[in-house]
Amino acid sequence: MTDLQITTPVPTVGSSTAVVDDETRGAAGLTAKNVACWFGTKKVLEGVGLDMAPGQVTALIGPSGCGKSTFLRTLNRMHELVPGATLAGEILINGVDIYRGAIPVTDVRRRIGMVFQKPNPFPAMTVAENVVSGLKLSGLKVTKSEREDLIESCLTKAGLWNEVKNRLGDPGRALSGGQQQRLCIARSLAVSPQVLLMDEPCSALDPTSTRRIEQTISEISESVTIVIVTHNMQQAQRVSDRCAFFLAAENEPGRIIEEGPTKDIFTNPRDSRTEDYVNGRFG
Amino acid sequence: MALTLRRRRATEVTTDEKIRIRSVESIDVTVMIGSAISSFALTQLLYETFLPLSGALGYIVVWYALFLAISWIAVRELRGTVRAKDHLARVVVWSGASLAIVPLVLIVLYVIGKGYHALRPQFFTQDQRYVGALSDATEGGGSHAIIGTIQQVGIASLIAVPLGITTAVYLNEVKGRLAKPLRTVVDAMSAVPSIVAGLFIYAAWILALGNQQTGLAGSLALSVLFLPTVTRTAEVVLRLVPGGLREASLALGGTEWRTTSRVVLPTSRSGLVTAVILGVARVIGETAPLILTVGGAFIMNWNPLSGKQDSLPFFVFRLIRFPQESQIARAWTGALVLMILVLVLFVIARAIGGRGPDHIGRLKKWRLQRKGLA
Repeated sequence: MTDLQITTPVPTVGSSTAVVDDETRGAAGLTAKNVACWFGTKKVLEGVGLDMAPGQVTALIGPSGCGKSTFLRTLNRMHELVPGATLAGEILINGVDIYRGAIPVTDVRRRIGMVFQKPNPFPAMTVAENVVSGLKLSGLKVTKSEREDLIESCLTKAGLWNEVKNRLGDPGRALSGGQQQRLCIARSLAVSPQVLLMDEPCSALDPTSTRRIEQTISEISESVTIVIVTHNMQQAQRVSDRCAFFLAAENEPGRIIEEGPTKDIFTNPRDSRTEDYVNGRFG
Repeated sequence: MALTLRRRRATEVTTDEKIRIRSVESIDVTVMIGSAISSFALTQLLYETFLPLSGALGYIVVWYALFLAISWIAVRELRGTVRAKDHLARVVVWSGASLAIVPLVLIVLYVIGKGYHALRPQFFTQDQRYVGALSDATEGGGSHAIIGTIQQVGIASLIAVPLGITTAVYLNEVKGRLAKPLRTVVDAMSAVPSIVAGLFIYAAWILALGNQQTGLAGSLALSVLFLPTVTRTAEVVLRLVPGGLREASLALGGTEWRTTSRVVLPTSRSGLVTAVILGVARVIGETAPLILTVGGAFIMNWNPLSGKQDSLPFFVFRLIRFPQESQIARAWTGALVLMILVLVLFVIARAIGGRGPDHIGRLKKWRLQRKGLA
């Protein structure tokens, strides 16, 4: 498995505005400072600060409606797509602000990829086209042989290659739900992101597919920083290095209650609310 | 009862015989037939014996009303009120749908019946050049009108389809500040009477700008009618594309334009084809906007940019008012050919782009294989 990272071709950036340097390669650190979010006038998140170290898996846990998905979406500028959504604070990738800095929004999103709750392969594209769709969409150019290598390596990394290597020409939606989600992971990996955000990627999947995706997460986490939102405590314990517990009191914005190494959060939490949540007493 | 059930299951489970799901049970059919007969008898009695009524339409209406009432009572007695309501709704919906199809079928059959006499191969190859007042209906043809219609509608779609889809993209994808007023304008445009579209082009393009009556002028008038249909339908179709796909594309670093052109439009391809079909259907039978703009002609004019042209609806409109039987017959043939033309165009459109986004055609497969994507 490890040699796959070496065979992954590096796409060359077609547009002249994007700067190719070491800053945009390999796992990157992501830092949130004092982030607050609003939907219209409703404040849903307040004072969130979090360090997501390069090459680590950070799990965001907490009950529904506590703002963890909203926070995740601020990390690659998806939050602003919701009409009326605003935010304050700073998000830094390798120390550069993604909102006020010089990085164009499309580059931010290419460097910080996202896997959604519901598998959403592009219906009008084949399995193979789906994998390399990010290149087309962001204007990256590759040769035919590079493209073929990229398809194989990304599908292998997502644990899907053996299942679909003879079905590359099938429509993306002909695959099963679990396969579609792994296809979406492969698609995200194809643009070589430095950070991968995952919003409850296994919530619609069966246990086997879930296990396969968790395996994928641990395999790719060396080369890409992962932030995962999950409602599954066991999953958080299995895949993450660090954990952040979000909670929103009634009619108040969500906050981070506690954050630290996953082991500490689950075995030795500082806050009683964290202890109650991870032991399934509420939420 | 329980014993027989168990025994039946034990014997039948071993076979692969499929269960036949019946949507209509035989008792329902019996009730329907019985109700039909008894309501017929009652109507007959009312019309012939008791009441001073006459007339076929009233007879059918009374028969239908009695049929509904009797079958309602019968089903309620047998199955209860809930089932009776279900039955009644089913009967009303079925008869409503059948009634709606009747005029459609009648129109088609009537046009075929009137038009097929003069339908000869030369109708597609000849024009009216050598047709005199006493010529037989089978002499000459309407090729000039067919070519005119195809060219005018073709040019109108070249103008209206890109413009309409672009507008729909603006309304639904860009969601600019002008979206709301623009939508109102498009709605107002779809209410423009077709003769007004013709007058507008006549006043603005022919009189004010000094152009001739040409096929192109007709196309312009048609595109005024074409545009709002395509725009509104395309907008609805684009709205059906799940937002998750746009987000997925943007999250990969896609620009708005590439998200629209590579994800949204291909996903809604078959719906966009429907939008175009509806637009074509809106204009292909239009006569009024063409009267002032194309001028009408009896001979072939291949050039839509110069000289008067004819079109099939206009051809029908002119010829049907002649006193000669032969000209009237030709007009009906023109109407029949117009219907055939519409049918052919729609079949072609469906074959080209009507399948769902999952469908991978032969051409696409070949292209994908060349790129190493299949």
